[in-house]
Amino acid sequence: MLEIKNLHASVEGKEILKGVTLTVKDGEVHALLGPNGSGKSTLSYIIAGHPKYTVTKGEIRLNGKDVLKMKPEERALEGAFLAFQYPMEIQGVNVFNFLFQMAKTRQKKLSPVQFRKQVEATCVELGFDKQFLDRELNVGFSGGEKKRAEVLQLMLANPSLAILDETDSGLDADALKTVAKALQTLRKPGFSALVITHYARLLNYLEPDVVHVMKDGKVVMSGGASIAHEIEKHGYKAIEAQEAKK
Amino acid sequence: MKNQNERLLQINEDYAEKYGFHYPEEAVHRTKKDSGLTEAVVREISKIKNEPQWMLDKRLQALKWFEKKAMPTWGADLSHINFQNITYYLKPTEGQGRTWEEVPENIKKTFDRLGIPEAEKRFLGGVGAQYESESVYHKLQESLEKQGVVFLSMDDAVKQYPEIVKKYFGTIVPASDNKFAALNTACWSGGSFIYVPKGVKVTKPLQAYFRINAKNMGQFERTLIITDEGAEVFYEEGCTAPIYSTDSLHAAVVELVALKNSKLRYTTIQNWSSNVYNLVTKRAHAYENAVVEWIDLNLGSKITMKYPSVFLLEPHAKADILSIAFAGKGQHQDAGGKALHLAPHTTSRIISKSICKDGGRTSYRGLVEIVKGATDTASSVKCDALILDEKSRSDTYPTMKINEEDSTISHEAYVGKIGEEQLFYLRSRGFSESEATAMIVLGFIADVTKELPAEYSLELNNLIRLEMEGGVG
Repeated sequence: MLEIKNLHASVEGKEILKGVTLTVKDGEVHALLGPNGSGKSTLSYIIAGHPKYTVTKGEIRLNGKDVLKMKPEERALEGAFLAFQYPMEIQGVNVFNFLFQMAKTRQKKLSPVQFRKQVEATCVELGFDKQFLDRELNVGFSGGEKKRAEVLQLMLANPSLAILDETDSGLDADALKTVAKALQTLRKPGFSALVITHYARLLNYLEPDVVHVMKDGKVVMSGGASIAHEIEKHGYKAIEAQEAKK
Repeated sequence: MKNQNERLLQINEDYAEKYGFHYPEEAVHRTKKDSGLTEAVVREISKIKNEPQWMLDKRLQALKWFEKKAMPTWGADLSHINFQNITYYLKPTEGQGRTWEEVPENIKKTFDRLGIPEAEKRFLGGVGAQYESESVYHKLQESLEKQGVVFLSMDDAVKQYPEIVKKYFGTIVPASDNKFAALNTACWSGGSFIYVPKGVKVTKPLQAYFRINAKNMGQFERTLIITDEGAEVFYEEGCTAPIYSTDSLHAAVVELVALKNSKLRYTTIQNWSSNVYNLVTKRAHAYENAVVEWIDLNLGSKITMKYPSVFLLEPHAKADILSIAFAGKGQHQDAGGKALHLAPHTTSRIISKSICKDGGRTSYRGLVEIVKGATDTASSVKCDALILDEKSRSDTYPTMKINEEDSTISHEAYVGKIGEEQLFYLRSRGFSESEATAMIVLGFIADVTKELPAEYSLELNNLIRLEMEGGVG
C-alpha cells in the first residue's frame, strides 16, 4: 500500500510537484490521469527514487515504510516496480540473463530451468515472442515491444506496488487488451497499482477502483471510473469546467 | 558477498595480494645496472647464451637502430623511461626444468601461486614459464612432440632449429621498425618458439607465462610462431609483476607466420603491475587462406602501447583482432590493431572495447590499409569506449588508407559514459549501483567476450567471471 502526503519536489530548482496527496490501499488499482506536463511521470520517478529529483516536503510510505530514506534498489526490493514510459536500452545484456539476475535479487535460490519455464509461460500470457529472451535488453525493440518487456519484468518481479507509466502508449488495440488481461491476473490482496496514462484507453480493460486527475503538480480531482470516461469523451477541459463550477 | 559482476569492477583491487608479491631476487648472472644499453651489455648477453655469430650480428645491428631511432612521441607519454636504470639481463637460475620439481623453490612457489602448474594439468597442451630474462620451465605434451610440434624457448630454438629461426627472425618485425623493436632485437632473451608441422592441429592451447620479479627489470622476450600449411594452434600468454615504486620495462617482439590454410590464434592477458611500461610490437604474416586471430586483453601496466597487426599477403587470408582494455588510476592503455590488405579477397575485422575509470586513460589507435589491386576485400572496424567517471579519458585515432575501390569498409565508433538514466533503470529493478554499473560494463564488452572459448585461461576465468562460473561468491 502506498501513501503520499503533501509531496513537494523539484528538479534543478524548479518545483514540479506542489503538494501531492494520494493513497492507494492494498489490493486497489488507481489510475492517474492528467494533461502533459502535469507531473505524473515525475511522481512515478520520485516514488521509484530517481536521484535527479529533490523532495522538499512531504512523505511517501510504502507498506508503512518511509521510502524517501531508501535507495532505488531498496525500494524495488521493498516491492515497488516502475514500468518505464521510455525503457533504457542496455547493450550486450541478454534479456533472459537479466530477468534471471533480477529474480535473484529477490530470491537467492532459483533454478534456471524452472525460471526459464516460468518466464516462457509469462511470455505466452503477454503475447510476447519468446525469441526476445535471447535478444539484448530493449536494444532495437519497437515501442510496443519495449512496453511488453516492461510488463514481463513487472509480472516476474511480482511487486506489491506496480507503477505503470504510460504503458499503453505504443501498444495497438489488441496488444493493449492482452497486456491488460495479464495485468488483471495480478489483482489480489497484497498487490496494488498506480496506472499513469495520458488517455483513458487502458482503463476500459483495467477497471480502476479510483481515478485521480493531476494538474500543475497537484491532484485536482479523485473519484470513480466515471471520471475517466468523462475525460475520454470531453477532454480535460470538461473536467476543468466541472472544477470551476464547484 | 559481492556478486560476479561487481567483482569485475574491482578488477585488480586485490592485485597486491594475488600478483603483486615478490621473492628475494635470485641471479646466477646479471648485467650491470646503471650503464644503460651498451655494446658491452649486448655482447655479454650473447656470450652467456653461447650464441652463434649470426645472432650476435643481428643484435649489434639492432643496437645501432636503437641508438638511431627516436622515442615515439605520437602516443602515450614515454618521457619518464630511464634507459640507464634498467637491468637488461638477469638469469635467475641455471638450466630449465622439464618438471616443476626441477625449478628452484622460490620460482616454483611463484608459479604455484599464479596457478600455472594447475592449469597445465587441467587444460594446456604445453607450458613455458619465464622468470626475469630466462625460461625456467618448458614442457610440451608428449603426444604433440610425437606429431612433430615444436614448443621451445627462443634461446633453445636458436640452437636446435637455426635454419627456421634464421629464415624468419626479424623478417616480420625488423629491428628498424621502431625503437622498441630495435631494443628487443639487441637484448632479447627468452620467449617462445613454436612450429606446427603441415596439417597438425593442436587442440589444447599452448601457454607461456611471463613473470618479472626483480626491481627495475627489463624483460625483452622474443616470440616466433609458425603454422605450416593446414596447421592449427592456439597460443596464450599471461604476465604479471610485483608492485614496486620504481618502473620496469617490458618490450617484447612477437612474430607470427601463418602459412597457407593454417589457423593461428594468439591470446594475451596482459596484467602487469602498474609500474611496468609495456611496449610491444606484434605482427603476423598471413598467407593464402590463412586465419590469424589476435585476442588482446590489456588490464595492467602503467603504459601500454601495442597494436597487433596482420599483413594479409595472399588471397583469402583473414585477420581477426579483438581487444579489451581497462585503464584505472595512473594507467594509460594505448592499444588497437592494424590490418593491411595486400592481396585480393582478404578480410579483416577489428573490434576494440575500452573502459576507463578513476582517472585512467584509454586510446584506440588503429589502421586499415587496402592497397591498389587488393580487390574484393572487406574490413570492418568497431572501436567503442566507455568512460566510467569524469576523471577518466578516452580517445580514438583510427586511420584508413583505402586505395582500392573494390572493397567493403565499415567503421563504427562509440564513446559513451554510463548514464544516470541507465543506472537508475537498472537500480529500479533491484540492482545496487555497483551491480548496475558492472552489468552495463559487461554488456559493453559482450561482443568480444562471447567470441572467447568458455574455458579459456587462468586469468580470464579469474578476472572476468563469465556466466559459466555464475553463483560463485
